[in-house]
Amino acid sequence: MNRPKGTYIRNNTLARVNHWITAGCFVLLTLSGLSMFHPVLFFLSDLFGGGQWTRAVHPWIGVALLISYAGLIVQFWRDNFFSKDDLAWTLALDKVLRNEEEGVPPIGRFNAGQKLVFWAMTLLIPVLFLTGLVIWEVYFGEATSIEAQRVAVLIHSLAAIAAIIIWVVHVYAAIWVKGSIRAMTQGYVTAGWAYRHHRKWFKRLIETGSTGPTPNE
Amino acid sequence: MSDLQSQDYIRRSASTLTPPSIRHHEQEVAKLIDVSRCIGCKACQSACMEWNDLRPEVGHFNGSYDNPQDLGPSTWTLMRFTEYENEQGNLEWLIRKDGCMHCEDPGCLKACPAPGAIVQYANGIVDFISENCIGCGYCVKGCPFNIPRINPVDHKSYKCTLCSDRVGVGLEPACVKACPTGAILFGSKSDMTDWAGERVAELKSRGFANAGLYDPPGVGGTHVMYVLHHADKPSLYAGLPDEPHISKFVGLWKSVIKPLAIAGIALTALAGFFHAIVVGPNETTSEDEEEARHLLPHADKKP
Repeated sequence: MNRPKGTYIRNNTLARVNHWITAGCFVLLTLSGLSMFHPVLFFLSDLFGGGQWTRAVHPWIGVALLISYAGLIVQFWRDNFFSKDDLAWTLALDKVLRNEEEGVPPIGRFNAGQKLVFWAMTLLIPVLFLTGLVIWEVYFGEATSIEAQRVAVLIHSLAAIAAIIIWVVHVYAAIWVKGSIRAMTQGYVTAGWAYRHHRKWFKRLIETGSTGPTPNE
Repeated sequence: MSDLQSQDYIRRSASTLTPPSIRHHEQEVAKLIDVSRCIGCKACQSACMEWNDLRPEVGHFNGSYDNPQDLGPSTWTLMRFTEYENEQGNLEWLIRKDGCMHCEDPGCLKACPAPGAIVQYANGIVDFISENCIGCGYCVKGCPFNIPRINPVDHKSYKCTLCSDRVGVGLEPACVKACPTGAILFGSKSDMTDWAGERVAELKSRGFANAGLYDPPGVGGTHVMYVLHHADKPSLYAGLPDEPHISKFVGLWKSVIKPLAIAGIALTALAGFFHAIVVGPNETTSEDEEEARHLLPHADKKP
C-alpha cells in the first residue's frame, strides 16, 4: 500500500487483513445470531439461506472468528496493558466525549477505551466459543446434560449481547474520530492525527525514527 | 405435522403478533393415561408407529421391557417400566406411557426461535410444524419433560402430535383407539378431569391412599394427564418430574434478556447517533499537523 510522505503506519498489512477477517466473521455472527435470538430479527436468517442454513453455518463462522481473533490477540496484546495513563485518560472521559482534546492527557498507542474493547473481546469470544460448543446440537447435542445446555445458552446470549454492544461502540468510535477508519483500511495516519490522539506513541516513534506502528514503549 | 387451518393457534413460537383467533369455540382436549389400568402391552406404541408411519431402527435387548430404550425422532411414545418395592415389601410394576405432555404453557414453544415452528392449537395440542423447524435444539432445552428429539438426518425436531391430524377431524388419537384396557382415554379436559376423579376415588378405596391426578400446575396444567397410584411421588414412574416447570435459565433467557438485549443494542446505537449530531466528529486540525511538525527532527521540518 502506498503511504504518503510524513505519515505513520498505524496498522501493518497483517494486522489489517486479520482485523477485517475478524470483522467479517463478527458481522456475520451478529446477523445470524440475532436472527435466532429475537423473532423481530428472524428475517435476517434469509441472508444465510433460511433458518436451517443459519443454524448450520453460525457455529462454523464462530470457529473462524476464534482462530482469527487469536491472531489479533497475538499481534495486539503487548500494546494493550493498562497503565497509569489510562486512569488519567478515563478520568478525563467527559472531555474526550466532548472533543476537548486540550484537557485530555497524552497516551500511548491505545487509549483505555480501545484497551477495554480488546480485553472485553478477548474474554467474550472464548466464552462464546465454549458455550457455543455446548449448544452445537449437530455435534455436541448429546455431549452434555440438558441443564448444562440451558446454562450455556443463557451465558452465550449474555456474552453475545455484551460483545455486540462493545462492537457498536467500537464502530462508532471509528466513525467519530476521523482518520481512524483509514488507519485500518490503508493502514496509515497523519502526524497530526498521531499527535492529537496518541501523543506518547507519536513521540516514541520520533525518538526512535520509526515509521510505526512499533515501538510503543 | 402441517398446519391445521380448522384449529386456531393460541400460541405460535417466535411471533410478536396475535395469531388468527376468530374461531374461539374449540373445546380444550386432554388425553388421560390411567397408569393403574395399564398392562404394558405396547399396543399404543404400535398404533403410534402405524398411524404416524414411524419405524424406529430395531435396537438391542438391554435386560428391560423398555423397547426401544428411549424416545427418539421416530419414537414418539414409549412404555417405561419401573419395578418398585412398596412399604409393605411388595413389588409394584409401574408402567408409564411416556411422551409429550402438551403443556398449557409449553417450554419448547417458549424457547423456539423459529416463527411458527411450534404452535399450540386452541384445543390445547402443542404441535411441531416441521417445515419451519431449523433444528437448533432450543425446544429440548425448554422442555421440562425431556421429550423432543432432533433427527440427525433432516435436522428437525419431533415428538407426539397428540394425533392433531386425527383430532382435527373428530377422531381420538391412535394410541387411545388401540388401548385394549381403556387405560388411555381422550375427550374434553373437563370430562377427563372428572373421570380421573372417579378413578382416584376408586383407587383410594382400594388402599392407594396417595392416588391422584397428575396435571402439574407448574406448566399451567397439561393436556396429557396421568392417574397415578402414588401421586405424591411422580418420580417413581421412571423419573416423571415431581414439580415440572420451565427452567429458570430458559425463563431468564427468553423473558428478561431477549427484550432487554435488543433495547440495549438499539440504545447504544442511538447514543452514538446523537453523539454524532450533538458533539460531532473529532477531526485532526491543521494546528495538530503544525504542532506535530514542531516535534519532528530538524531535517524533516521542511518537507
